Amino acid sequence: MPIQYYIYFCLTLFSIGVVGVLTRRNAIIVFMCIELMLNAVNLLLVAFSKMYYGLAAQNSVANTAGIDAQIFVFFIMVVAAAEVSIGLAIIVMMYRNTHSIDINFLNRLKN
Amino acid sequence: MNAIVVSTLLGVMMMFCSWGIQSQKAQKNIALFGLIILIMANLAQANGWYTFNYDTKGMLAFNVFGLYANTLMFALTFIYVWINGEEISKLSNAAADFYSLIFFILCGVSVLTSFDNLLMLFIGIEILSIPLYILTGADKKNMLSNEAALKYFLMGSFSTGILLLGITLIYGGSGSFHLAPPLIHISTGMVEEQLLVSAGLILIFAAMNFKVSAAPFHFWTPDVYDGAPTVFTSFMATIAKAAGFIAFVKVFNTQYLALGYSWTILLTFVIIATLLVGNIIAVFQRSVKRMLAYSSIAQAGFMLFALYGKSEISNESILLYAVVYSIATIGIFGVLVKMKENSFEAFNGLAKADPLLAFTTTIFLFSLAGIPLTGGFFAKYYMLSNLLKAGAGLWLILVAVVFAAISIYYYFKIIQAMYFTAGEPAIGPMPKNYQYQLLVLAIVLLVLGVLPNLLLNYLYF
Repeated sequence: MPIQYYIYFCLTLFSIGVVGVLTRRNAIIVFMCIELMLNAVNLLLVAFSKMYYGLAAQNSVANTAGIDAQIFVFFIMVVAAAEVSIGLAIIVMMYRNTHSIDINFLNRLKN
Repeated sequence: MNAIVVSTLLGVMMMFCSWGIQSQKAQKNIALFGLIILIMANLAQANGWYTFNYDTKGMLAFNVFGLYANTLMFALTFIYVWINGEEISKLSNAAADFYSLIFFILCGVSVLTSFDNLLMLFIGIEILSIPLYILTGADKKNMLSNEAALKYFLMGSFSTGILLLGITLIYGGSGSFHLAPPLIHISTGMVEEQLLVSAGLILIFAAMNFKVSAAPFHFWTPDVYDGAPTVFTSFMATIAKAAGFIAFVKVFNTQYLALGYSWTILLTFVIIATLLVGNIIAVFQRSVKRMLAYSSIAQAGFMLFALYGKSEISNESILLYAVVYSIATIGIFGVLVKMKENSFEAFNGLAKADPLLAFTTTIFLFSLAGIPLTGGFFAKYYMLSNLLKAGAGLWLILVAVVFAAISIYYYFKIIQAMYFTAGEPAIGPMPKNYQYQLLVLAIVLLVLGVLPNLLLNYLYF
């Protein structure tokens, strides 16, 4: 399958995530959309990794090409997990005080 | 490497201090002692004494600039903890946790000053940001702090997503995460390399602007700075921001070549927008804390000038600017933290009630505005003279000077309230000791204003 398909697919997923972050009002859903963005990036990284691996295999050079992107994916997953733990803690902290996870509550600081 | 390992170990150690040692004063002193160890470990590496000598496979590259930046950031943190230790203790019973988070942030700072790979850029930014989200929400019962933490967290992870997409597109175009200049070296025939790399660089540029709160992406800054506990606002606006700028300069001082001429247009647009938004909106603020948040956006606009031109020129000006701006900001937030309210009226008649404090505050404000004889003047001067050397147009320098003049207006509103408006200052109990600490900061600024070479002599790499 041409790499273009993967690029368009991942960019679509990423855009869905961006639109979700910008339009949704529920903190958890916003959060899920951010995760969607990160996973779109993960998928794209793996696709590029395979592309460079395939190119190297065609030219029969060192077969470790593209491996750094896959390592990058693991780092993204680990960091995303760390972010989730902090983010959920913050959301729980807000829920205890406001009994709501609606982002529209976030307007006290405006004035 | 020393700094990264030692700061992590110290962070873990401070975590255990929170239940091992009850005395808040002892915790502060342990943190200060840890910072001294950290500075010494870093200086040891700068002098060629590698304690932890691993092969990082090109992930990290330690150069003089990075190590010197580390030393300065650690020294600034030392000053910060020395001044704000008591205030940090007031926020929670377990203040050692906050110190441990500060050490983890310093670990992120030392990754950001020495990365040589986009993976390490991402890791460094995350190590820097995640503890900051916690520090922002440190005041758990306070609704404003909660709100600021959630906002900062959502915006921060959103910008991380954009950063990651940028890195991925660069990888797609170049087949490598390394920062070395000829970016495009494989012709795959499958993707449009130039397009992917340019798009990726622009996305990274946007995400980094987010992190340093430059103009089209600044909107989280005032809310987060306003809502966070004042002591941690001070940390966010100084050390964390300066580290962000060092990373920014490190990424783009070689990579901008891939963007060609459009880089200059992009950068000029962002700088002018940042200066405009920061300075103009700061004029209309009624709360000093919010005014300082907008002024920090405006100062970010000045620091962005370091991205013009070659790295050798910009490195020294960004470090001088970051240090001077950080000292002045730590000082002014140190005054603000003792105020009962954040309005300008709170400063009324401070010069009568407490002349020494009014004097030190004035020095901090002079430095932020860039009045001669304070460090801020030379920081701005070096920034603009380097801009001229880098071949920017004279009109850009004129724009910068005009905006610096506007900034004098809102900084002087505090001075006017202190010296020329009668009234009772709304200031809390202020130990003499604390005033002398602030005075030391003011003296450092004055010394840097007369003899900037004390700092700059080390900066010719």
